[in-house]
Amino acid sequence: MAEGAGEEKKKFSIWDLPDVPMGQLPPHLELQRSRVSCNKDAPIHTESIQYSGAYASMGIDNSSRLDRFSNNFRVEVVRLNEDDIEFDMIGIDAAIANSFRRILIAELPTMAIEKVLIANNTSIIQDEVLAHRLGLVPIRVDPRLFDYLSENDQPNEKNTIVFKLHVQCKRGSPRITVKSDALKWLPNGSELVKETRNATSDSSSKPEIYTYFGCSQETVPEFVKNPIIPKYPDIIIAKLGPGQEIELEAHAVKGIGKTHAKWSPVATAWYRMLPEVVLLEDIEDDLAEELKSKCPVNVFDIEDLGKGRRRATVARPRACTLCRECIRGDDWEKRVALRRVKDHFIFTIESTGALPPEVLFTEAVKILEDKCERVITELS
Amino acid sequence: MEHGSFTDNSVATFSLTDEDHTIANAVRFTLNQDPRVTFCGYSIPHPSEARVNIRVETTGDPARKVLKDACQYLMLMCRHVRCTFDKAVEDFKASNAVKAMKIDSQDSSGDDSEESE
Repeated sequence: MAEGAGEEKKKFSIWDLPDVPMGQLPPHLELQRSRVSCNKDAPIHTESIQYSGAYASMGIDNSSRLDRFSNNFRVEVVRLNEDDIEFDMIGIDAAIANSFRRILIAELPTMAIEKVLIANNTSIIQDEVLAHRLGLVPIRVDPRLFDYLSENDQPNEKNTIVFKLHVQCKRGSPRITVKSDALKWLPNGSELVKETRNATSDSSSKPEIYTYFGCSQETVPEFVKNPIIPKYPDIIIAKLGPGQEIELEAHAVKGIGKTHAKWSPVATAWYRMLPEVVLLEDIEDDLAEELKSKCPVNVFDIEDLGKGRRRATVARPRACTLCRECIRGDDWEKRVALRRVKDHFIFTIESTGALPPEVLFTEAVKILEDKCERVITELS
Repeated sequence: MEHGSFTDNSVATFSLTDEDHTIANAVRFTLNQDPRVTFCGYSIPHPSEARVNIRVETTGDPARKVLKDACQYLMLMCRHVRCTFDKAVEDFKASNAVKAMKIDSQDSSGDDSEESE
């Protein structure tokens, strides 16, 4: 009798329910997995569901596969200038995007002035302040053509760039401003001579110099086409009154942003997730006008339905800054939903001028690959 | 450096020097996606010291091999990102060059769009 009843009972399977599509998550779980809901008080569902077995009980495979990643991943360039780039990366996770951002800011090498040999400084700018300012001047040169200079190495043409600054304000002439175009590149190396304290040294011994250039840097064809100069010629370095003089030599070496921010190749690099603005119910007439006027960046638009009725639509969700003005006030949270798409990143990279921004991003990805390779070789 | 047990090589903690969140978070993400992994995480023992501890526990495979596979997967992902990005930049430059030529040939006035390379 129990068996008879058991056989008559229909076998119930969740896949028989009409609203659960096969092999996919139900809509509310898909929303939780792929969108950050930005509520009035705080965003929710911000973590990315990475665990491969997260949806195992639903029969969904959340694990990674290179073919799935390759098919879903897209890059769309929105804007590309000489100095900045804005592009979209779709289908990647926040962990990887953040790694790229961190590498762009801190681990891409550039050339910047490190040692300043001051022969004469009678200006009111102190030596160390002047040296600090010189270090922050961006130099227009490809850092990939140079090597790192470590403590044991001698400075030579492969790892040092030498600049000279000699400005004088004559008595009787008005005050002058020293700008960065006063820095002259010395392709043959340093011209200053080291002081020797040895009074008994004979005059036949060679004076010691600061850099040992084997050959002139001008012989490199890249530098013949693009001589090494600061990227922006109008950066104010110092101001001189009458009778004041600055004479110095600056040596630039290769470094990364982690050591000092002057070696960071980007003005900054940042990303944001694509905002998604959804109208949960139809908003008409007066409410629509109110909604349109609330938004400071004009995300909403009014469309005419005919017969004098108007409806609000979302015209430019990408411009949304998530100021949450549209959900402030009573009842607006029920009508407008603000979300962010978790795997769509809008990257913006502003370069200081050493390398073009698209090259910067490619180099950053290469550096992440090198790090992985280092870990792999250490493991094997 | 690997801290594990001699008898059970499916769980281990790997200590990497001169590394920080940049690679640790990325590797943790790829490890999580691997179906052989039951537990993974990373921690930085002290912020002044550049050292990262990555903990991996698997369903039976040696933890060292799973970590190596995760790094390989990350490298492949990076390569794919690089190729796609280069292609997208080239396409953008080509399409902009075509647009610039069209504007020149039509001699349109009132050009208000930003000129991009």
